[in-house]
Amino acid sequence: MVIYSVYVVNKAGGLIYQYDNYVPRAEVEKTFSYPLDLVLKHHDEKVVVSFGQRDGIRVGHAVLSINGVDVIGKNTSDGKDILEYLKDPSNYPVSIRFGRARLSSNEKLMLASMFHSLFAIGSQLSPEAGSSGIEMLETDVFKLHCFQTLTGIKFIVMADPRQSGIDALLRKIYEVYSDFALKNPFYSLEMPIRCELFDQNLKSALEVAEKAGNFGAGS
Amino acid sequence: MTVHNLYIFDRNGNCLYYNEWNRKKQAGISKEEEFKLMYGMLFSIRSFVSKMSPLDMKEGFLSFQTSKYRLHYYETPSGLKFVLNTDLSVTNARDTLQHIYNFLSLSSLCKNKIRFKTLYLFSNSVDSCVRQEYNLTQSGC
Repeated sequence: MVIYSVYVVNKAGGLIYQYDNYVPRAEVEKTFSYPLDLVLKHHDEKVVVSFGQRDGIRVGHAVLSINGVDVIGKNTSDGKDILEYLKDPSNYPVSIRFGRARLSSNEKLMLASMFHSLFAIGSQLSPEAGSSGIEMLETDVFKLHCFQTLTGIKFIVMADPRQSGIDALLRKIYEVYSDFALKNPFYSLEMPIRCELFDQNLKSALEVAEKAGNFGAGS
Repeated sequence: MTVHNLYIFDRNGNCLYYNEWNRKKQAGISKEEEFKLMYGMLFSIRSFVSKMSPLDMKEGFLSFQTSKYRLHYYETPSGLKFVLNTDLSVTNARDTLQHIYNFLSLSSLCKNKIRFKTLYLFSNSVDSCVRQEYNLTQSGC
């Protein structure tokens, strides 16, 4: 059981802190001959698989490296377009490494503000009066837990669906935030948190929560 | 246990069916606008979840909960979207939604020759299906 990552979003929807605690590495490298039996396409400055799942390569996986050399966005290391490069039979056999694309810091900012508005809509569309926004969002591979403080700061933790004790963790993170970010004289409110003590204490809180989760302590 | 309301959307975002059983608060906008907002939220959640996920997903988005209600989501491979709002005591409504889908698609959609896009589902058959699943009485819950 693991905790994947932590996000802190200010009351305007801006991401002020993000920490990846555990990033699973699911990458597959495979050698292909011409023609390629996968359909690739450009998506968000990346080349992703759009059709043809096989040998652990899934739809949505991005091309990470070709012949052992990391790609740069949608271009190969020497600046050629990946799709053009793979169209040329003389480049085969070719070894391609696929995996889930890592989020860039810009994408993280975008996703944080996206959650900010989803949170608000979740509360507006409520069939019951006086509902909060989204507190927990569940998928088959992770659960996202969100705690909004009275001042509007959101603490978001993404964890394994079976991980327990997340409510306590969210309150602990709030405490760590109050103690180490807010009391830091160099920190201005609503701005990104760059504070070593906050980092350290957050990490130890995550470690404690991960250990406690294994015993199924009440959440 | 309370069921608040049920939305069924087709893959283009048209609301095929809406019914409410025990809804205490309206959204404060017209139904048309509410369907758009709901569909837009689901669409965004789907894209949000697929980007945020650290691993490859099979089912994707299943449900979310706030302090007062829980929204259950089920999407068929053909893009029909079922959204059921209940109170927090209902932990998993996937089977119910699948049941409604089976029941509906067989009984009224597939056998119907009218174009799917403009079809409004037969209200009373869905209503009785949900009432059966959750033992709702006529007066609400």
